[in-house]
Amino acid sequence: MLELSSNRHNPGIDPALHAWGWEIPVYLFLGGMVAGLLVLGGFHILKGRNDPHAEAYPWAPMLGVVLLSAGMGTLFLDLSHKLYVWRLYLTFQPTSPMSWGAWILLLVYPALLLAALLHPPETVPFGDAVLARAKVWSRWLRMRPRLVQAIGAANLLGGVSLGIYTGILLGSLGARPLWNSAILGPLFLFSGLSTAAAALHLLSMLSKRQVKGQFGDALLGGFFKLLDPKAGGEAMLRADTSFLTIELGIMALWLLGLLTATSVHREAAALLLSGDYAPAFWALVIITGILTPLFIQTAELSGKIRHTAAPAVLVIIGGFALRWILVSAGQTSHW
Amino acid sequence: MSRLAMVIDTALCVGCSDCVVACKTENNVPEGYCRDWITESVRGEFPTVGLEIRSERCNHCTDAPCVSCCPTGASHVHDFGGVVLVEHDKCIGCKACIAACPYDARFGNPEGYADKCTFCIHRVEKGLLPACVSVCPTHCMHFGDLEDPESEVSKLLHSRPNHTLLPEAGTKPNVYYLTKG
Amino acid sequence: MNLFSRRRFLRITAGTLAAAGLGPALLGGPRARAAGLGGALQTIPTFCDICFWKCGAVATVRDGKLWKIEGNPKDPLSQGRLCPRGTGGIGATFDPDRLRRPLLRAKVRGEEQWNVVSWDEALGFTAEKMKKIAAEYGPEAMGMFSHGLGGNFLKHTLKAYGAVNFAAPSFAQCRGPRDVGFRLTFGDDPGSPERTDIAHAKCLVLIGSHLGENMHNTQVQEFAQAVANGCTVIVADPRFSVAASKAKHYLPVKPGTDIALLLAWMHVLVKEKLYDVEYVTKHGYGFEQFAAYLEPFTPEWAYPETGISPDVIRETAREMGRHHPATLVHPGRHSTWYGDDTQRSRAVALLNALLGSWGREGGFYIPSSMELPGYPYPAYPPKGEKGKVDNPGKKYPFAHEAISTGIREATITGAPYPIKGWLTYAVNLMYALPNQAETIKAIEALDLLAVVDVIPSETAGWADVVLPEATYLERHDDLNVELFRDSFIALRQPVVPAPDEQKPNWWIAKELATKLGLERYYPWKDIEEYLGHRLAKGGYSFDELKKNGIILGPKVPRTYEEGVEPTFETPSKKIEFYSTQLQEKGFDPIPKYTPPDPVPRGTFRLLTGRAPTHSFSRTQTNPLLHDVMSENEVWLNAKEAKRLGVKSGDKVRLKNQDGVVSELVKVKATERIRPDCVFMVHGFGHTSKGLKRAYRKGASDSQLQTRYRTDPLMGGTGMSMNFVSVELEPS
Ligand SMILES: Nc1nc2c(c(=O)[nH]1)N[C@H]1C(S)=C(S)[C@@H](COP(=O)(O)OP(=O)(O)OC[C@H]3O[C@@H](n4cnc5c(=O)[nH]c(N)nc54)[C@H](O)[C@@H]3O)O[C@H]1N2
Ligand SMILES: Nc1nc2c(c(=O)[nH]1)N[C@H]1C(S)=C(S)[C@@H](COP(=O)(O)OP(=O)(O)OC[C@H]3O[C@@H](n4cnc5c(=O)[nH]c(N)nc54)[C@H](O)[C@@H]3O)O[C@H]1N2
Ligand code: SF4
Ligand code: SF4
Ligand code: SF4
Ligand code: SF4
Ligand code: SF4
Ligand SMILES: [Mo]
Repeated sequence: MLELSSNRHNPGIDPALHAWGWEIPVYLFLGGMVAGLLVLGGFHILKGRNDPHAEAYPWAPMLGVVLLSAGMGTLFLDLSHKLYVWRLYLTFQPTSPMSWGAWILLLVYPALLLAALLHPPETVPFGDAVLARAKVWSRWLRMRPRLVQAIGAANLLGGVSLGIYTGILLGSLGARPLWNSAILGPLFLFSGLSTAAAALHLLSMLSKRQVKGQFGDALLGGFFKLLDPKAGGEAMLRADTSFLTIELGIMALWLLGLLTATSVHREAAALLLSGDYAPAFWALVIITGILTPLFIQTAELSGKIRHTAAPAVLVIIGGFALRWILVSAGQTSHW
Repeated sequence: MSRLAMVIDTALCVGCSDCVVACKTENNVPEGYCRDWITESVRGEFPTVGLEIRSERCNHCTDAPCVSCCPTGASHVHDFGGVVLVEHDKCIGCKACIAACPYDARFGNPEGYADKCTFCIHRVEKGLLPACVSVCPTHCMHFGDLEDPESEVSKLLHSRPNHTLLPEAGTKPNVYYLTKG
Repeated sequence: MNLFSRRRFLRITAGTLAAAGLGPALLGGPRARAAGLGGALQTIPTFCDICFWKCGAVATVRDGKLWKIEGNPKDPLSQGRLCPRGTGGIGATFDPDRLRRPLLRAKVRGEEQWNVVSWDEALGFTAEKMKKIAAEYGPEAMGMFSHGLGGNFLKHTLKAYGAVNFAAPSFAQCRGPRDVGFRLTFGDDPGSPERTDIAHAKCLVLIGSHLGENMHNTQVQEFAQAVANGCTVIVADPRFSVAASKAKHYLPVKPGTDIALLLAWMHVLVKEKLYDVEYVTKHGYGFEQFAAYLEPFTPEWAYPETGISPDVIRETAREMGRHHPATLVHPGRHSTWYGDDTQRSRAVALLNALLGSWGREGGFYIPSSMELPGYPYPAYPPKGEKGKVDNPGKKYPFAHEAISTGIREATITGAPYPIKGWLTYAVNLMYALPNQAETIKAIEALDLLAVVDVIPSETAGWADVVLPEATYLERHDDLNVELFRDSFIALRQPVVPAPDEQKPNWWIAKELATKLGLERYYPWKDIEEYLGHRLAKGGYSFDELKKNGIILGPKVPRTYEEGVEPTFETPSKKIEFYSTQLQEKGFDPIPKYTPPDPVPRGTFRLLTGRAPTHSFSRTQTNPLLHDVMSENEVWLNAKEAKRLGVKSGDKVRLKNQDGVVSELVKVKATERIRPDCVFMVHGFGHTSKGLKRAYRKGASDSQLQTRYRTDPLMGGTGMSMNFVSVELEPS
């Protein structure tokens, strides 16, 4: 029997680390989804299928810009010494995934914007002049296939980097045994891809409805008109099914890795598998986020049931829960 | 080069927390926070009990994960003695270093930056002992340069059984605990 | 300078210069602030008052603000290092809960409702009440409780007024039994600071003395020195104390059975002739009777009483014998445990006598002090016929100090004569005296309760008038002319001004005397004049004292070996193994063991003690110390906890044999305590609403100690007589 006691009681640290609250999981979730959007969008561009009316892919970059901004917003909210945020960009710290991330974010932004520029919307609520100018640039860009290819490649690469980095960020923090695995990179990438696919799928689903109302008319109306629901929806379903399957496989590998490492790592894995976080992990991440959508989507694809928004919503819930639980449980895991 | 280290004799430490209080006053540690603390570890069954009391703080690790993860270079290894420090004006408060420390030695200072033990570098550079070492009523804390084979700390580590905390975490701590025997 | 070898040091110096050259640019603004660089520094020597050890200290003031306090290297008590309470003492100055202005009770006593008044009004009120008491009952009806040096001036005012009843809880609730036990044996007591030469002991026996938790500074420093030197430590304690963790032999003695253990130890020493035969022969009185008396008290006899196996008793006795006379059986200090405490302490004294440690290196040295005349005050009014109330008819024949609980009893009963006013200075009677109901009953019989304190203590809550004192860092006090291993005079002087209307005790005492029409007892203008006068008469320099905080006396011999003449102020002028004094008064001339009351089923004996970061009930609101320990815990044997279904951190209430229920307190389920008792640190569970930071944090042992057993020899109140059950909170 070992009886341990300590008189340390630092806020955010004791009794178990809880330095990161909601902001980081939200950021990781959004960042992952953006990574997925980048990869899907980039892939699409590279394949040359840049017809703006074809499907949902072209909207990936637009959605990406919005989500990335939101994600960076939460990241900023998490910083406790906000006025010094510019310090990130006076240096590059090769051993710090956070530094890599800061620069990746900076590079991903123009890639996304350029990708968006390839398919500008037909109307925007205000700023027709800007839109007109954008369309000029868009035309200019699209006339240069090499450049388009480069943009596609940049998106793909940026997406993979962003996706992997969000995992590596946690994985490199060796002090938290739950995170202590390089496989977190691919896990987050594939989880990001699945949520991105789900998001695009949702978009296409939504666009099937006649969007009415003032705001919708102004922005979304135009927006959704451009989507080809059928093709997009189907492709997204297929993509998501494979992403989810891979994600499940990686998750199994990660947990197996922990279970076969030291007792400290075993204890960390137990937090998810049988400990305090197990109910949430099993219910939200595995059942809600992976198994159920897989099941439904398989049924949908084989035509057994009607397409619904349900699997996409579940995948997104699962993707968010994964980050949330991982960030919370990981902090409490310790040597 | 020099390698500053702290060597604490658990055979003498009584867990009085004088080191903790002295750190608070010397360094104006905000109320509710501490840079050092006391851990008591009890083994055995009554009445055959063993008690190790340790005054703990940042270990100024030779392989410091808190430094390598810092995106701004705010967490750095000081030129003198390998002391791990945080430059407040570079710190953005991302808390990566806090999560990276296996000892939970860091905390977020209410002013925003990551905070922790500095080995009282401001005193050491003046030739003084760290505040905690200088007040300890049992004289169980020692401080000095491990690169210097003649230093008290080097000699103690050669002559007495000792251990560091969580060596398995691979951080190579520079706070050592002497044990009985 | 043992920090670095010379080579290294040169490099550091170079580094410092570089850093200085780059200045704040390198170090950064906030870091410079947090690291305590810059600012105009001023150091002022004084001495600490967080407990009564009075360690010499040096306070550092930065830009007019108190920054830190450290030990004064010149001071023999602190030797340059304070204990954690001393280091955190500065928190008392910025404690937001501290008293600020004089308060007059607005409503019913104990309701803590006040009107803030001027000093003039507060002292005027006090003086009027005192005059009335003197007129109606005589000045003897005004009693005073005080603890520590700071009470000197107020005592002077009250003596001038004609009061005779003065008591401190440090006698009947603390070291009284020990002092009496040693006086009966050696003719002198261990004193405070104790004359224990722990540093040079080769074998140190601690019977409950929990050094390391009990942070009396010099003792802890010397304890560590002794351990480092390989001293054999033997600890008898029902709890595996910090000291026990340093011991070679830990004896988990059953509470209340120490006399049995002591008798068995002495039996072995005598039987096996391991004692200091020469010393005993030369200085002892009644040894034959003593040796014969010990005959039946074998380790086998003691085993069922104490739970300590005969082998261990023999082995530890032999260890003591092996190292004598440098075997120090610590006299303890807080010795009011079971009501038989004087006899237990006498047994401790006798064990020391056998080992020849009194007057010897590694045992008890002979302290010395410097000569310093008192201030030449006018004579006090002649004492009346009435005498003191605390010990009527010498009921407790060996009490050589006033019994606090005796004054309380007289206040309740009105016999031998009524007590109608209490002035308290730096005592929290509600926490210091057992059975709070009796204290309240006494207070209700008073016409005046005036409390001088720095924080709104529980006792202040019952007061009619509360007089806020400046803390020790904001005032002068009388000189400390210490009786210690090295003699010295120490000065307490203000380091920072009091932040509000708090006043020092000398000012309060002088003003009160003026209001009482006794200004002629204060011929000095202010305390500096008083101190200067005293020092000048002794031939010492006030300026030197102000600068160094301390004036050291000459080195004098401290042991018999060094040439001190052995003298024993007992009737036989020898060390009394057999006490005719005790025999004459009808007590056991050699200590007798009586088993303690059995622990009732389903309950635990409540034991209390100290935590290193707190002093009694006075530091719980100190922001610095509160930060390190904000509440106490109840220590419960791990297996008992399991049986009761509680684990560490669970909150429970303790209920004592009289149905008194404590505040919620956290459980510490631990292998460090016997299964038949629980342990708690004294001083927590505050109920005074003004102590916001500490209010209802942890539990109060004082509240649960409704029973006590009075020591028939000297009136001490044994308080380890209470039994508690653990009440689970329905969650
Ligand atoms: N239940 C229980 N009772 C005990 C003990 C125990 O362990 N348990 N221990 C006993 C022992 S050993 C002793 S010595 C006594 C101690 O008993 P006390 O001397 O009464 O000790 P405290 O409880 O600290 O109360 C001291 C009071 O003085 C106030 N004070 C502090 N500093 C100053 C100052 O500078 N000026 C003024 N005017 N007031 C000040 C504090 O705020 C506090 O209210 O208690 C005894 N009673
Ligand atoms: N930090 C700090 N230090 C202090 C003080 C303080 O307030 N705070 N106060 C000072 C003062 S005035 C005093 S009097 C001293 C008090 O300190 P001590 O003189 O050391 O005395 P106690 O507080 O009675 O001792 C408590 C210890 O005795 C053990 N004990 C209880 N019952 C028995 C028993 O029947 N037999 C044996 N053998 N052991 C038993 C307890 O488990 C505990 O370890 O501390 C002084 N030092
Ligand atoms: S000051 Fe010294 S004895 Fe006290 S807890 Fe700290 S290291 Fe231990
Ligand atoms: S103990 Fe923690 S904070 Fe200190 S150097 Fe090591 S990893 Fe960094
Ligand atoms: S909190 Fe500050 S010191 Fe820590 S990693 Fe972030 S920027 Fe670096
Ligand atoms: S070295 Fe200085 S900063 Fe570090 S714990 Fe000790 S006192 Fe605090
Ligand atoms: S022992 Fe501690 S609290 Fe008591 S006087 Fe000395 S430093 Fe102050
Ligand atoms: Mo005491």
